[in-house]
Amino acid sequence: MAIPLAYNLRNLTVRKTTTIMTALGIALTVSVLVAVLALVNGLRTAFETAANPLNILVMRKGANAELTGGLARSVFEDLKSKPGIARAADGHPLASLELVTVINLPSVQNPEGTNVTVRGLTEVGLELREHVKIAEGRWFRAGRREVVVGKSVAKRFPDAQIGRKLRFGKGEWDVVGAMDAGQSATNSEIFCDLNQMSGDFNRFDGLSSALVRVPDAVSVDALINSINDDQRLNATARTEQQYMDSQTNSAAPIQYLGVFVSIIMAVGSSFAAMNTMYAAVARRAKEVGTLRVLGFSRGSILTSFFFESLLLSLLGGVLGCLLVLPLNNVTTGLMTFSTFSEIAFNFRVGPEAMAIGVAFALVMGAIGGLFPARMAAKKEILVALRDI
Amino acid sequence: MTETVIQTRDLTKEFIRDEFHVVALKDANLEVRKGEFVALMGPSGSGKSTLLHLIAAMDRPTDGEILVLGENLRSLSDRAIARWRNEHIGFVFQSFNLIPVLTAIENVELPLKLTALKKKERMEHAATALKLVGLGDRLGHLPRQLSGGQEQRVAIARAIVTDPDLILADEPTGNLDAQSAQEILTLLGRLNKEFGKTILLVTHDPHAARFASRIRHLEKGELLPEGQVPADYTVAPM
Ligand SMILES: Nc1ncnc2c1ncn2[C@@H]1O[C@H](COP(=O)(O)OP(=O)(O)OP(=O)(O)O)[C@@H](O)[C@H]1O
Ligand SMILES: [Mg+2]
Repeated sequence: MAIPLAYNLRNLTVRKTTTIMTALGIALTVSVLVAVLALVNGLRTAFETAANPLNILVMRKGANAELTGGLARSVFEDLKSKPGIARAADGHPLASLELVTVINLPSVQNPEGTNVTVRGLTEVGLELREHVKIAEGRWFRAGRREVVVGKSVAKRFPDAQIGRKLRFGKGEWDVVGAMDAGQSATNSEIFCDLNQMSGDFNRFDGLSSALVRVPDAVSVDALINSINDDQRLNATARTEQQYMDSQTNSAAPIQYLGVFVSIIMAVGSSFAAMNTMYAAVARRAKEVGTLRVLGFSRGSILTSFFFESLLLSLLGGVLGCLLVLPLNNVTTGLMTFSTFSEIAFNFRVGPEAMAIGVAFALVMGAIGGLFPARMAAKKEILVALRDI
Repeated sequence: MTETVIQTRDLTKEFIRDEFHVVALKDANLEVRKGEFVALMGPSGSGKSTLLHLIAAMDRPTDGEILVLGENLRSLSDRAIARWRNEHIGFVFQSFNLIPVLTAIENVELPLKLTALKKKERMEHAATALKLVGLGDRLGHLPRQLSGGQEQRVAIARAIVTDPDLILADEPTGNLDAQSAQEILTLLGRLNKEFGKTILLVTHDPHAARFASRIRHLEKGELLPEGQVPADYTVAPM
């Protein structure tokens, strides 16, 4: 049986201004952290939803990114015939040779141009990407200078509209469709015919990567090992998911900076909470003495003030989450280092990010409340009663 | 033979700081029996509060013994003393010391939080205590919505709600006007007569003593023998 929580709640209400100011300080700190988490979360979702768990990405040995990867056509021919690759209904192997490069397009915000990823592929490449649907217009045709743009590309680049033309490679390309890839990073890419593209960029033999499908989850490791161990291929295989996960690292600098900033801010907010709680303890010294005379132990005094600090920080944590909530689903762009192009994705303020934010606030409250609560508990009864 | 509630033997309290040394209480021998209403009088600084604090175990003596309800608290832990105080002592302060953010009934309920009583029972007890002090219609009022006299009556309700064996009151009328003071003293008198409560009352007011069954005087830390008053002590005509 402890000092009632109502005692703490009402004291927080009585000193409204201090409570709100302190809680706001905590809220700002929490909002920085949650915003960063939402950003990373959004980027992760963009990459994760782009990957199919049964897809395996193959690049030259030692390559870590498609852009700087490289895969010879002859290697692909050998790869295609490997056992363990799934086949379509008509018997052709589900293996897609692809060329990835970056072009520069003038955008609304950036008239000098922004980098965009262009991917050359064949029909199999589309079969392997079930998450990509044509939203408007139609797919490009083999042997034509036609492109399909991701919906984020269509949004950001005035030239990337159906019926208009994009200039890259050796000339102009017709925009014939726009694709919708859900939440995924594919929305930030442009798709076109592999052979047209390799001609434009003089990359007849050295292409970027291959994407292959295995029939079921149990065969994933077997095929990866078999490719990695094949001296002839001299290639590295990993699941598409692993590759996408590593792309999330693009957000690492922002993540570190954000976490660093919020920790610095948290130090300040903890001190603010501490200050508020010290003032509360000083102002209520006589009440502390009275409670002790009524029979409450030092322990219950400590708990009571500690809880009050936690309540205060909880308020801050909840406020912080509310501050960030409007960011949810706001689209942002981020330069990724492996593609040197911009990925558009949405902030995702999920329950996890909010839970971490609230927990972060509670840590601030705990640190800020501990010493004042201890001071209150340590007071001798008569000293406490004499204090005004 | 009636039970002894308070028994002190050569009770001494000294306050020693670097540069000063005060003997607040010297070799005090006091005995209070169950059902007595004892008034403790004496000039300012004579050690009245000090004696009361020692009896309530809010402070520890420098020397001597105190037995309250036959128990020597010297060896008990802080926590055990807190428990003991909650069960056996009701304390009334000069400045009421109600919790400002809690209503009258919540203030009175507070000491019951430390008992095994259920919420409903606690509220019933608290309401009964408030009715007893004549504040049955002020249960939901905050301290600042009450007059000084009413606040002190809430404080008395809080002191008696646990049905303690001993009520200690340190100048409970010191902050009140004559009318309210009279009401508080009458109330304490009733608690003593009707409910048999043992009361030790510190007061400056000679008239207050009329409510007591016995008066003891303190002078410069010394508890004067029964019946003896300080040299310059005069009772002003009422
Ligand atoms: N914590 C303390 N430190 C030092 N001296 C103290 C302390 N508490 C009390 N004293 C001294 O002890 C003596 C007795 O004080 P006490 O408070 O018991 O007097 P009192 O009779 O209650 O006086 P009053 O009628 O003014 O309340 C005084 O001289 C006082 O200054
Ligand atoms: Mg006093």
